[in-house]
Amino acid sequence: MKTVKKISKINDFVIRFCNVNGSGSASANNLFARAIFRLGIPVSPKNIFPSNIQGLPTWYEVRVNEDGFLGRRGGIDMAVAVNGQTLFKDYQELLPGGYFLYDSTRELPENFTRTDITPIGIPLTSLCNEAFSNPKLRQLLKNIIYVGSLSYLLDIEFDVLTDSIKKQFQKKPKLADPNILALEIGFAYAEKHYRNSCELSVRRSNKLNGDIMMSGNSAFGLGAVYAGATVVGWYPITPSTSVVEAFERYANRFRVEEDTGRHKVAIIQAEDELAAIGIVIGASWNGARAFTATSGPGISLMSEFLGLAYFAEIPVVLIDVQRTGPSTGMPTRTQQSDLLACAYASHGDTKNVLLFPCDPKECFELGADAFDLAERLQTPVIIMSDLDLGMNDHVSAPMEWKEGRKYDRGKVLTAEDLENMQEKWGRYLDVDGDGICYRTFPGTHPTKGAYFTRGTSHNEYSAYTEESSDYEANMKRLLVKWETARGLVPAPRTKINDPACKTGLIFFGTSTHSTYEAISRLAKEGRVCNSLRIRAFPFHEEVLEFIERHEILFVIEQNRDAQMRTLLINECGTCRDKLQSILNIDGLPITANFITECIRNASLHNTVEPFPKQYSTGEKS
Amino acid sequence: MSYRRPGFRHPKQPKNDAGYTRADYEGAISTLCAGCGHDSTTNAIIQACFELNIEPHRVVKISGIGCSSKTPAYFLGRSHGFNSVHGRMPSIATGANMANRDLLYIGISGDGDTASIGMGQFAHALRRNLNLNYICMNNGCYGLTKGQDSATADRGSSGKRGVPNPYESIDLCELAIELGASFVARGFSGDKRQLVPLLKAAMAHSGLAFVDVISPCVTFNNTSSSTKSYQYVREHIEATNTFDFVPLQQEILTHYEEGTSQEVVMHDGSIIHLHKADSSKDVTNRLKSVNNLEREKEKGRLLTGILYINPDIKETHDIINSTLRPLNSLTEEDLCPGSAALEEINASLR
Repeated sequence: MKTVKKISKINDFVIRFCNVNGSGSASANNLFARAIFRLGIPVSPKNIFPSNIQGLPTWYEVRVNEDGFLGRRGGIDMAVAVNGQTLFKDYQELLPGGYFLYDSTRELPENFTRTDITPIGIPLTSLCNEAFSNPKLRQLLKNIIYVGSLSYLLDIEFDVLTDSIKKQFQKKPKLADPNILALEIGFAYAEKHYRNSCELSVRRSNKLNGDIMMSGNSAFGLGAVYAGATVVGWYPITPSTSVVEAFERYANRFRVEEDTGRHKVAIIQAEDELAAIGIVIGASWNGARAFTATSGPGISLMSEFLGLAYFAEIPVVLIDVQRTGPSTGMPTRTQQSDLLACAYASHGDTKNVLLFPCDPKECFELGADAFDLAERLQTPVIIMSDLDLGMNDHVSAPMEWKEGRKYDRGKVLTAEDLENMQEKWGRYLDVDGDGICYRTFPGTHPTKGAYFTRGTSHNEYSAYTEESSDYEANMKRLLVKWETARGLVPAPRTKINDPACKTGLIFFGTSTHSTYEAISRLAKEGRVCNSLRIRAFPFHEEVLEFIERHEILFVIEQNRDAQMRTLLINECGTCRDKLQSILNIDGLPITANFITECIRNASLHNTVEPFPKQYSTGEKS
Repeated sequence: MSYRRPGFRHPKQPKNDAGYTRADYEGAISTLCAGCGHDSTTNAIIQACFELNIEPHRVVKISGIGCSSKTPAYFLGRSHGFNSVHGRMPSIATGANMANRDLLYIGISGDGDTASIGMGQFAHALRRNLNLNYICMNNGCYGLTKGQDSATADRGSSGKRGVPNPYESIDLCELAIELGASFVARGFSGDKRQLVPLLKAAMAHSGLAFVDVISPCVTFNNTSSSTKSYQYVREHIEATNTFDFVPLQQEILTHYEEGTSQEVVMHDGSIIHLHKADSSKDVTNRLKSVNNLEREKEKGRLLTGILYINPDIKETHDIINSTLRPLNSLTEEDLCPGSAALEEINASLR
């Protein structure tokens, strides 16, 4: 047998846990990822799971990267393979030089013949059965045993793991002991049988300056609490469900009246997505901040109502946690494939404001901003998240809230305003020239300010009309409002923006992290690309300017039909040939390897030296 | 239909206790066909609001799509109104009500809007017992699209098209009782004497008050072969108990002999006296209420009046235990946890 050239790395590897769902592996895997995080090392766990409750294969891929590149890299350095159904596939997918940790209670079948990897057999089942008698506990602790082994193999400080266990079982200390024992069993076995076998290691670092670890859905839920949302209409759908669960959790903490025990929030689980958004529209129309969360199929169902909200000019905040479509598609896999459906949702002429967060901090902040924007613009604002961002824990800069921040409730007339008004008020009368008119809430004034809201054509005073000129004037005013929106939405972010460089990368949302890694790698090869991260639709002036300035642009997206590119061509009048697509549609988060390869293959020739200094700094607004 | 309403009003129009004349509860001029049952229903709503001394600006009118859903433009011109999308009135009403529980919500729908496209929303608003006056103007056909049968058209009934409806009809009242409505009534647009007090009782009710108003379509469904024509309904109408509605503010002057009248105390303190002497129909028991409807249907009779009432079921806000203050009145101070709390959350995520 020839000597294996082992992958040898410190704080830079990918480990994939291959489990059966419903077997309690999530808490063990989470314990592992949190331990890396607590050691001050950037880490990004991604849950790759089936649409199923129990029995099907599930993977948990953990990227450890000292440099802070936390998108998916591509390739597996170590597999913890404990699912018989996928054992051979997991074995084959391992990179040469990698490590294959498996349950050696049963021997590996004969076809497991790779000589370029290091097998690490830990008899998880028999170790577990020897130590523990409770069958339910056995299943859970088997997973903890491999975490113990990893602690030895990867040099993870053991105390960090035991501290986490103690913290987790603070309220049930009895359960902490068997967990810690399981860790020790795994550690001891690996130490005895696999001394110096593994050349991957974890070393305490200080790369996480106050960073937090959180899912995008939780961050948005919290952002909605901060932004003053009081009414939620929703319908359960993966992967958006945990948005409302998080909102409710935080509302239970922050929104209960001390004296009465009553809640300063109304959360209605509706009968379907049609009703969910109807509830939001009704509440917003009546002066409460309201939102709903859904995914692609829900967007389809909500489309009629989105058109009404656009045309009747009612604020709506909607978070779309995208998943792989069409139809039910792959409900537990990620994608960015609802862009066109959301941008132009509904019948007739409609355009909706979209926001594209890329990490939990932005889910919180853009999420909160969405409520201000929706009320300022009196129109639907859709936050375009996805399963990767929404359901996975991400390392992110901490969330910020400016103390004393006031909500922008937009143009709303009070009883006093109405009382003092000299001229005739018109609900759809543009007195400021920005396309946005003044609205009133029911019950404000005994004789003034009442109006009739309708989706059918209305004149400036909200009276029914079928006059062509009234309809045209109204639709054109909505375009004026759209231009106002362009000036209010968040500007894009650039990282490298060298005027000499004629190649630009355009991306958004969860493609950001892998793209930044690809940019870094390409720069090291002398292929420098400028970058622009889109954060909103309508496209900010800077987006147009960026496109004009470059000779070739790669638009990186996670859908088949290049939906962002289509939007750019459609809205910016951009030459098609200038925009090339890099598209990932496998349902998994896009990888840095994939993006790098695509750009290499496009045979770029423009090299800019020296390497632009701006790169080492963070994003610029 | 008229194109303009005379501006003249008698200078000494009587005012109600809230200081409003009946004209203050009117809306724009109707654009429905002359003789449409919906216009009578609209008038009954105006009368009920006037008699109950409701401040017009404290009412919210919400509707779906269809002839019936146009009517909120024709009453209570001083109230905010919302003509939403087909079959979705209940969700708009739910959201609006969640935002401000202090207003009176009148939801207007029709039989197409409720019994077909909006069946799901109808069912779930009932389950939640939303504090809403849900008035369904029921004429058994789709007027705006020129007379197709709706899901409440009786089997065998035919309108202007002359083709008997081959499908079973949906009895919205029976369904409402089964799905948990706390107040269910049926009226006839041609019987204002019964309809006005029915609507008043519905408005005093806390929770979902469903009022099915048989409201004939003069243009498409007023034929001799239709079971929703004026003539047919007049000939086949049957009432449950007669009743008196006594609003909270009003002193009770009438005395009933013991055992002849059942008293139902509404959430707001109003009282409904159901007169047992008229019949033996018990409308405070779900099972009996459904039986009453089925029994009369078997006889080919259309049962009207209060069909079921239970003032003790919690409305949505109380089910979800939300604050007594209107949610839309809460400010940053009430709602935002502040930056110090965020720092704590950040710390717990490290």
